[in-house]
Amino acid sequence: MSKLQVSLYRYNPETDSAPYMQEFQVDTQGRDLMVLDVLHLAKEQDNGLAYRRSCREGVCGSDGMNMNGKNGLACITPLSEVVKGNKLTLRPLPGLPVIRDLVVDMGLFYKQYERIQPYLQNDEPAPAIERLQSPEERDKLDGLYECILCACCSTSCPSFWWNPDKFVGPAGLLQSYRFLADSRDTATRDRLAELQDPFSVFRCRGIMNCVAVCPKGLNPTRAIGKIREMLLADAT
Amino acid sequence: MVTNITNLGRSGLSDWLLQRVSAVILALYTLFIVGFLLLSPGLDYAAWSGLFSATWMRIFSLLAFISLAAHAWVGLWTVTTDYLKSTGVRVAVQLIIILAIFVFLVWGITVLWGA
Repeated sequence: MSKLQVSLYRYNPETDSAPYMQEFQVDTQGRDLMVLDVLHLAKEQDNGLAYRRSCREGVCGSDGMNMNGKNGLACITPLSEVVKGNKLTLRPLPGLPVIRDLVVDMGLFYKQYERIQPYLQNDEPAPAIERLQSPEERDKLDGLYECILCACCSTSCPSFWWNPDKFVGPAGLLQSYRFLADSRDTATRDRLAELQDPFSVFRCRGIMNCVAVCPKGLNPTRAIGKIREMLLADAT
Repeated sequence: MVTNITNLGRSGLSDWLLQRVSAVILALYTLFIVGFLLLSPGLDYAAWSGLFSATWMRIFSLLAFISLAAHAWVGLWTVTTDYLKSTGVRVAVQLIIILAIFVFLVWGITVLWGA
């Protein structure tokens, strides 16, 4: 039986002067494995291979990577979904600095997440028990709160590649809208004031790469459109 | 909040709105000009000159010129901030673009009212 051809991006800054692709032959025994399983099999051949993983079921968001040209979570992506012509090429998430092999420095990604103040802000006195929402108000948060911050969307976005220090990126903006849309949050105007410059939100060109790659099926482009609507409504 | 001083509206929101409004005006103007050319087969200088001597056409044309200037400023400014990473080069190119847009706009106005 022919083995799966796996091409892996390798880079160890302590020993390599430049990144290179290393070829592996992985015996899948004809099974439709997840890409993460193939990585484990490759690691058995070369112990030095570095990648992040944790829950192995699409919840933690650790193993975001570029598989045959498309970002996704290795743990929930079956080979049948990405492999073409018995060949699998794995690279780190594009646009972020590589620490080693498939491990990237997520610093800029988290910095943009921190910038949108991803926590509930309310200046009214706290009620005795809890802040209530109607079912309709709660419904507005569906499709927003599910994000696991795997960075697949932001690192597939050219606007984020060119200006990762200024453009918040789809992941951050989805979370930004999650708090803008929350009926319990009273910092709406302050949040909007932080977003009206030409970069933070408006560098989005609506090409929807983020929507195409999101492993959780979320729609950051729609959330960005909603933020624009709120900015427009507040400023005209 | 990211500070910017060379974009047209000083705000992403106003740039974004200007870009869309100017695009609609330019689309209408283009459709009108193309339609006019298609519907006047034996077009001569007198008809063309007559069209542009009408006050409404001058207002429409000036509106289109200003829209083009705004549209180009917003669009090209964005391109420079994406691709020109050296501050000196970026600011120089932005100033050249803004200057060229100003010259073309004034030139367009003199053509419109000069004849």
